[in-house]
Amino acid sequence: MAVGIIGYGAHIPRRRIKVEEIAKVWGADAPSYKRGLELLQKSVPALDEDTITLSVEAARSALARAGIDPQEIGAVYVGSESHPYAVKPSGATVAEAIGATPDCHCADFEFACKAGSEGMFVSYGLVKAGLIKYGLAIGGDTSQGAPGDALEYSAAAGAAAFIMGADEERIVATVDETYSFMTDTPDFWRREHQFYPSHGGRFTGEPAYFRIVTGAVAGILKKAGMTPSDFQHVIFHQPNGKFPKRIGKRLGFTPEQIETGRVVPLLGNTYSGASPIGLTAVLDVAKPGDRILMCSYGSGAGSDAFVLTVRERILEVQDLAPKTRWLLDENIRFVEYGEYAKLRRKIRLASE
Amino acid sequence: MPPSRSWRSYPQTYRLEAARCKGCGKAYYPPRLICPGCKGREFEHFRMKPSGTIVSHTVIRTPSSEFSGLAPFAVGIVEMDDGPRLTLQLADVGFEEIKTGLPVRLEFRRMYSEGESGVIHYGHKAVLVRK
Ligand SMILES: [Zn+2]
Repeated sequence: MAVGIIGYGAHIPRRRIKVEEIAKVWGADAPSYKRGLELLQKSVPALDEDTITLSVEAARSALARAGIDPQEIGAVYVGSESHPYAVKPSGATVAEAIGATPDCHCADFEFACKAGSEGMFVSYGLVKAGLIKYGLAIGGDTSQGAPGDALEYSAAAGAAAFIMGADEERIVATVDETYSFMTDTPDFWRREHQFYPSHGGRFTGEPAYFRIVTGAVAGILKKAGMTPSDFQHVIFHQPNGKFPKRIGKRLGFTPEQIETGRVVPLLGNTYSGASPIGLTAVLDVAKPGDRILMCSYGSGAGSDAFVLTVRERILEVQDLAPKTRWLLDENIRFVEYGEYAKLRRKIRLASE
Repeated sequence: MPPSRSWRSYPQTYRLEAARCKGCGKAYYPPRLICPGCKGREFEHFRMKPSGTIVSHTVIRTPSSEFSGLAPFAVGIVEMDDGPRLTLQLADVGFEEIKTGLPVRLEFRRMYSEGESGVIHYGHKAVLVRK
């Protein structure tokens, strides 16, 4: 039985802030940040946007493409490190808003930036096991970096949603193989009640991101009996513009294979949404028969990898919801640091 | 607003559920028990399409306290494609861009929260269609 993605969608806040605008405030050298991170700008959520609102909008786009009755969704999983509540599931509000309640399993996932791909893996597994008809998996974040910290240049907001199912006539991309790779690696963390995360500086690179992603990609290629040249597109977790390019080159992928799903230069790091939004950008332009490799990364640390094959129906659904490149290129408005600081609650108001 | 009261209106605030009179076909949001037009008592409940047109608009500069962090913001009356007229905040827009007759789509947004520890209220706001 084939199981795969039957609908997908992304949502990104409209506001953007440029790297220069942040660098100006902290007296940092913008060109060296832009070069070092390969980042031009990042998305900024409005005061009325959070992981739940972005998830609902992404889910509605996924539903528009899937063309199913939301009452048939048997599981709703939201993966994020910025759930609005410490206790009260984001997924319950999302399920209520799209009309999937009450006949539905629901849980919130957390694993730094790979919380979204966890939901994809679990909902795929539940559909494959025959326990549910459709499963909705969302990765989304409205992440914060401490003012002046390197993370402030990249921490962004966005979400992507995928509906897994086994209807032969609805599948837009089959999931052919999955593999996860995980060890305890303290590269990035946030303790309870802390507003901003902490990170291990350079330790986030080689022993963390590069080692784990390499392990996951080697593992799934071996399991699937495939090589890098078998794929039209590959999407890696993208905390900045440089990491996905460097890991891709090291693993034997070409820049052409990486580029379509590397959305971070115009978007920033959307954490749990990062590789999932990259996958939506690929699906928006994919052709039937294309093979796609996606590999997430979450600090702490682990990766979930997927091999997908695109089906004919992709051509029927690509135009049924906003495309990710349109969200990145056209539906944008730039803000200055003052408005950004207000929107990200870096200024305390008298009423608070 | 106590959580119990906002919870009772989730079908409307979360899913835009309206009611169409089976007698005369007029749609109401929020739903009614008796149709003011034909006095009919039978309604068909349905989910409105999240699209409409701006009928009128204004800018709020001194809102009630729960919205004070958002001020100034635009509010408009939106005629939904399904008929009912809703009063909605207009989000992500420069005030000079807003014009009567412009098409909008409704997005799920945070409305307000009861301080830092209270429940968060969600609902819909209108954004300009920018295709
Ligand atoms: Zn009537």
